[in-house]
Amino acid sequence: MSDIVLKTENLTKHYGGVHALQEANFELRKGEHVAIMGDNGAGKSTFVRQITGVEQRTDGKIWFDGKEVNFSGPIEAREAGIETVFQNLALADDLDVPSNLFLGREKVLFNLGPFSILDRKAMRKATEAALVRTAVKIPNLSSTIRHMSGGQRQCVAIARTATFASKLIIMDEPTAALGVQETAQVENIIRTLKENGEPLILVSHNMRQVFDLVDRIVVFRRGKIVANLRKQDTDGNDIVAYITGAKTGQAELQAA
Amino acid sequence: MAQTSHGVGGLTYDAKKRPWPAEFNVLLALVILVGLFELIGRIFLGDSFLFNTRPNVDAIFNEQRLQIIILQVSIVGIIAIGVTQVIICGGIDLSSGSVVGATAMIAMSFAQVATVNGNPNPKAMFLAYGWTDLPVIVPLFVAVACGLIAGLVNGLLIAYTRIPPFIATLGMMVTARGIAKWWSKGEPISFPTEGFAAIGKGLMPVIIFISLAILFQLILTYTKYGKHCYAIGSNEDAARMSGIKIANHKVLVYVIAGILASLAAVVLCSKNLTAQSGMGVMYELDAIAMAVIGGVSLSGGRGSIIGTVIGSLIFGVIISGFTFLRLDAYYQEMVKGVIIVGAVVLDQWRQRRRAIGA
Repeated sequence: MSDIVLKTENLTKHYGGVHALQEANFELRKGEHVAIMGDNGAGKSTFVRQITGVEQRTDGKIWFDGKEVNFSGPIEAREAGIETVFQNLALADDLDVPSNLFLGREKVLFNLGPFSILDRKAMRKATEAALVRTAVKIPNLSSTIRHMSGGQRQCVAIARTATFASKLIIMDEPTAALGVQETAQVENIIRTLKENGEPLILVSHNMRQVFDLVDRIVVFRRGKIVANLRKQDTDGNDIVAYITGAKTGQAELQAA
Repeated sequence: MAQTSHGVGGLTYDAKKRPWPAEFNVLLALVILVGLFELIGRIFLGDSFLFNTRPNVDAIFNEQRLQIIILQVSIVGIIAIGVTQVIICGGIDLSSGSVVGATAMIAMSFAQVATVNGNPNPKAMFLAYGWTDLPVIVPLFVAVACGLIAGLVNGLLIAYTRIPPFIATLGMMVTARGIAKWWSKGEPISFPTEGFAAIGKGLMPVIIFISLAILFQLILTYTKYGKHCYAIGSNEDAARMSGIKIANHKVLVYVIAGILASLAAVVLCSKNLTAQSGMGVMYELDAIAMAVIGGVSLSGGRGSIIGTVIGSLIFGVIISGFTFLRLDAYYQEMVKGVIIVGAVVLDQWRQRRRAIGA
């Protein structure tokens, strides 16, 4: 399993009596972009929360980067190389772009414990490099996030994931709250990530977006994975049928 | 940087529309206020607020008044530095005034002389133990320890029991005032050593205030600690998700605020050559007011020490201006209240305007 970045086996999560996620088997290969689709409450976000360590799974196993992992929290998952862009952006409004990108892992000139002197130049340079790599254009790095549009904020959040040598990027509905142009910008960034060969899991409701961007589509319904299809083997109607339950049963990839 | 740059997806940015730094507005308010007093003085009193009018003194400005203004605010200003970083971090500290009282009493009792005019010091608390004429480092150390303990209790309560900072520091406010009264059963503590008295002599309070202000402006701008203060104040969840140890940071923030309050206590009782249990009453509110007037947002995440220093000067100018206009001290208090509320209203209004996107 050398080129498998992430693998889950029988991943299960119960909230009391509610079986939010049942025996999810999932694989992601290097450089692959996979979309997770499904109705509200189908288990998409639950699935993401188990992988990123935000919640602890009831049962099942997770392998990441060749090793079996048990993340006790999101910070551990991040340190292992899983970067997540959450629906509610985890940005500090009153800080500028470099400060947000490096929040919690600042570059330091002199180490004096909590009073360590920040290396602001290096952080600014690294920020510029990250923005170039993700093709994000933010006109002024030193203006605070508060003064930015929703699209720019989302771009900063995405650029943050790309700043650090992440091995997997997960985006939970990154364009849900954005306008048409802003969505286009975020989608361009995702394409850039694809060109750079960075693996990505995209949780989305947007059928057009999914067919535009990803290689493979995984459909969740009532806590189960009901379809796992290559983009070229399916179409919008097919996916909708799986999401709504008109089509049932595990649709598996044909062995290539 | 005046031209508009375009990004992908029609993102535009106009450098000209960038809002001014908040400190600039505060400085403007200070200048307007001074101008106002100057104008009123010239018209109604035939005297100048800012400039020297006495023929026997060779100076451009009324240096005496300027000194009084800054000397007046420098002790509360030291507290305000600590309060500023607490507010930026999304908290509040109501205990600082009482911590000043308690620290002044306790520290002063370790700074007393053995004999006054050849007789044993009648006010010496520890005469029987021989703890008199101690080197100045002892009361200083005791004071810092007092502030540290008060801040530590505040910080631990807020970080680990998750009670609102308002309540935790309110408790400390009442408790510390009780300690101040209990320490000498309400008796004032006087007759400090020369070394201790030197700390608050002349313009020393101003020098200490300005040095601490510069130090903390640098800390808030250039260190991890400062960056995390702003991060926690503007979005605590984001800060937590980013791996910042929120609880540790909050404890440190309140400890620093406590230590600064205790330093203010040292300067205050050294300057007055006596410590009384009622010292520092309402200082916490004056300090918060200085910060708020200086543009520190009560909702956290925004503000600076520079702003607070200018805010403290506005505070001093108002008090001094009222004295200059020969208005009663009662009016000062009333107007102070109006200004504090006004500053918060202004902050709310600014935020709402920003939220709308104007």
